[in-house]
Amino acid sequence: MSEKMTGSASLVRSLESAGVEVVFGIPGGAILPAYDPLMDSEKIRHILVRHEQGAGHAAEGYATATGRVGVCMATSGPGATNLVTALADAHMDSVPIVAITGQVASRAIGTDAFQEADIRGITFPITKHNYLITDPADIPQAIAEAFHIAATGRPGPVLVDISKDALQAQTEFHWPEKLDLPGYKPTTKPHNRQIKQAARLITEAKRPVLYIGGGVIKAGAAPELAMLAELAQIPVVTTLMARGAFPDTNPLNLGMPGMHGTVAAVGSLQEADLLIAVGTRFDDRVTGELSSFAPKARIIHADIDPAEIGKNKPVEVPIVGDAREILAALTVALQSQHDRGNAGDYAAWRSRVFGWKQTYSLGYDEPTDNSLAPQYVIERLGAIAGPDAIYAAGVGQHQMWAAQFVEYENPRTWLNSGGLGTMGYAVPAAMGAKVGLPDAVVWAVDGDGCFQMTNQELATCTINDIPIKVALINNSSLGMVRQWQTLFYAERYSNTDLQSHEFPDFVKLAEAYGAVGLRCDSAADVDATIEKAMAINDRPVVVDFRVHRDAMVWPMVAAGSSNDEIKYARDIAPKWDASDE
Amino acid sequence: MSETNRRTLSVLVQDVPGVLARIASLFSRRGFNIESLAVGTTEKPGVSRMTIVVQCDEQPLEQVTKQLNKLVNVLKIVELGRENSVSRELILVKVRCTRETRSHVLETAQLFRAKVVDVAPESVVIEATGNRGKLNALLRVLEPFGILEIIQSGAVATSRGSKGIGERALRSA
Repeated sequence: MSEKMTGSASLVRSLESAGVEVVFGIPGGAILPAYDPLMDSEKIRHILVRHEQGAGHAAEGYATATGRVGVCMATSGPGATNLVTALADAHMDSVPIVAITGQVASRAIGTDAFQEADIRGITFPITKHNYLITDPADIPQAIAEAFHIAATGRPGPVLVDISKDALQAQTEFHWPEKLDLPGYKPTTKPHNRQIKQAARLITEAKRPVLYIGGGVIKAGAAPELAMLAELAQIPVVTTLMARGAFPDTNPLNLGMPGMHGTVAAVGSLQEADLLIAVGTRFDDRVTGELSSFAPKARIIHADIDPAEIGKNKPVEVPIVGDAREILAALTVALQSQHDRGNAGDYAAWRSRVFGWKQTYSLGYDEPTDNSLAPQYVIERLGAIAGPDAIYAAGVGQHQMWAAQFVEYENPRTWLNSGGLGTMGYAVPAAMGAKVGLPDAVVWAVDGDGCFQMTNQELATCTINDIPIKVALINNSSLGMVRQWQTLFYAERYSNTDLQSHEFPDFVKLAEAYGAVGLRCDSAADVDATIEKAMAINDRPVVVDFRVHRDAMVWPMVAAGSSNDEIKYARDIAPKWDASDE
Repeated sequence: MSETNRRTLSVLVQDVPGVLARIASLFSRRGFNIESLAVGTTEKPGVSRMTIVVQCDEQPLEQVTKQLNKLVNVLKIVELGRENSVSRELILVKVRCTRETRSHVLETAQLFRAKVVDVAPESVVIEATGNRGKLNALLRVLEPFGILEIIQSGAVATSRGSKGIGERALRSA
C-alpha cells in the first residue's frame, strides 16, 4: 500500500516505521524540509541540541545504554561535518547509530554550492555504510536498510544523505516488506566443528583466561558469559569496552587488561596458556607490544566480524558468529565434555591469579598536601550511585579511574569512547542515555578539559528536562597528557595547564545553563556533596570536584612496551611468582 | 617488482554510484597500493566485476579481502592464482619511426601478433594484448625505436574451466 506525500514526509514516516522514538539534531537550510513534517510526528521526539557533535554522541549514548539504534540529524556542509567525530567514534566502538543529513539540491551537487560538503565521500572510511539519496522514491528503502545494517552483524554507524530537492518533491511512501542486500549477510551462527574444537582446547588447558570485549555487551551475552565462566571456573578479564559484561563482584573477574589494567588481568594474559577471546579485537591498548603479548597462549578468537580474527595475532581456533550464540554453544559443548569426565583443572592457576589480584589490588596514594584524590571521588561516586546507575566518561585520566574504581555489575552501565578516544563524549552521551532510560540515574564522569568541549549541551538538558549529573574531575589540566609529560618529557608541561580552578567558574557556568552547580574541595565533603547531587532530579547538576593535579593512573604499561613491563606504581614492577608451566 | 607477491583479485560488486570510490578508499586506508584496476559490466545486469592487481603478501591480502567483504556493495571476492587462471592486459604503444625503421617496427608488431592501429609519418600506434610477460617483452624490443607513449589497461582475468566465480565459494568466511 502506498500513499502520496513529499520526500520529507516519507522520511519521517520511514523513521517512524523503523521504530524511532527520538532524534537528536539541529535544522539548517538543506534539511529544513524534513523538519516541517517532523514537527507533527506523534511518535518521534526531536531534541534540539547545541552542536551536531552533541547530537552524534547523544545518539551513541542512547544506543549504548538502551541497545536500540540511536538517530541524529543535521543539515548539509558544516552540520554534516560536525557529525564526523561522532560517526568515527561509533565506527571504532561498533555503536549502532543512523545519521540523517540534508544535502544541497541534486542539480547543485558538485558545484561547491553554499553549505555543500561531500559527506558521503568524507564518511566512507568511518561508517559501516552510507547513502546519497537524490530520488525521493528511494527514501524508505534507504532508511530501512540503514537501520538494518546499523543494528545487525557488527553494529556501526550508517549515514543517509538526502538532497533537498528529494525532500521537497512529491513521492509515494511505501515501506519495504523485505530488504535486498545481497552483499550483506553477517554470520551469526557459529560453526559446530570450531565450537567442539574450542571446548576441547578449554578442557586441555592449564591456564585459560576468558578475554572479554565489548562485543559481548552488544550481543546481550552477559548471562551466557556468566554461565560459561561459572561452569568452567575460568578467570575473566573485561576490556575497557566490556566493563559490566561480567560482574566486578564475581571473584573470577580479574578486572580490566591493558595499558591501565590491573596487574592480575595483564599478568593473566601474559601467563595464560589459552585465551578465549570473545567480541574483542586485540587492540594495541590491550596487547601492548604485540610480539610479546600472551606469548605462551593458544588462542580461540570468537567475533561477529571475520576481519577481526587473526588481524593482529595468529589464531588457532577462529569462530565467526554472534557472541551470545557462541558462548551458549560453548557452554553446551563444555558441559558434554564434563559429562564425559573431561573437565579442566584450573585450581592452581586460579590461586595464582587470585594471589596477584590480592597483592596488587587497585589503589592510589593519598595526596600529601591535604588536597582531594580524584580516585577517591570516583570510588565514592560508584559506591553511592551504585551499580544500577549509568556512568558516561570522557577521555583521559578520569576515564581510566572511572573504569577502575567504579564496580560495574551490569552491562550497558558504562559508556565511554574507547577506540577513538574522543574528548567531549561524556556530557552528550549521558544526555542520550538519560533520554533513552529516563528513570535511570545517569552520571557523566568528566574531566575539566573534556567538559569544556561539549558542555553547551547542558542547555539542551535543562530545557528538555534531561536531568543528568556531571562529576567534574577538575585537576586544572589535560591530566593524561600531563601524566605522560611527567613520565616521558622530564616534567616539561607544555600546554597542559588549563587553569580551570580559576576559569571558568564551573559553578557559575552550571547555573548559567539552569543547572545546579556544586563544588567540593575536600575528602570530608565528598559523600555529602554526592548525596546532595543524587537528591536533585528536576534539573542537571554539575559538581566541580577540585582535585589534586599530580595524581597519576596506575598500573601502567608504557605505550609500545611489552605487557611484561607493567608498573604497579611509578618505578614499582610486580614480582611474578615462578611459573608452573 | 617481484612477480611472486603480485596477486589478482576478482571482485563482483553491485553497480551503484560510489562503489569504486569505496573500494579505492578501503585499499588506501588499509595501506595497500593498487597496481592495476579494471572495471566492467558482467553477464548479470546490475553487477560489475573489478579485477584488482595488488603487490602484497598472503596475510595482508587475507586481511584486505576480509575488509572488502564487509563492504555492503561487494558481492563476492575470489583470488585468482597464477596456475589456474588466465590474465590479459591490453596495451597501446606509440612508437617513433622513420621511413627507414617503419618496416622493422611493423615486423616486430607482427612477431608479437600485435596490430597497428594508427600510422603517421613519424610514428605508429601498436595495439597488443597478452599477459604481463609478453607485453614487457614487446616493450623491450620496441624500446630502441623510441617509445613516445604507453597506454595500458589494467589486467582482466578469469579462472580456467567452465565455472565462473559467481558460483564459486567465497575465499573467506
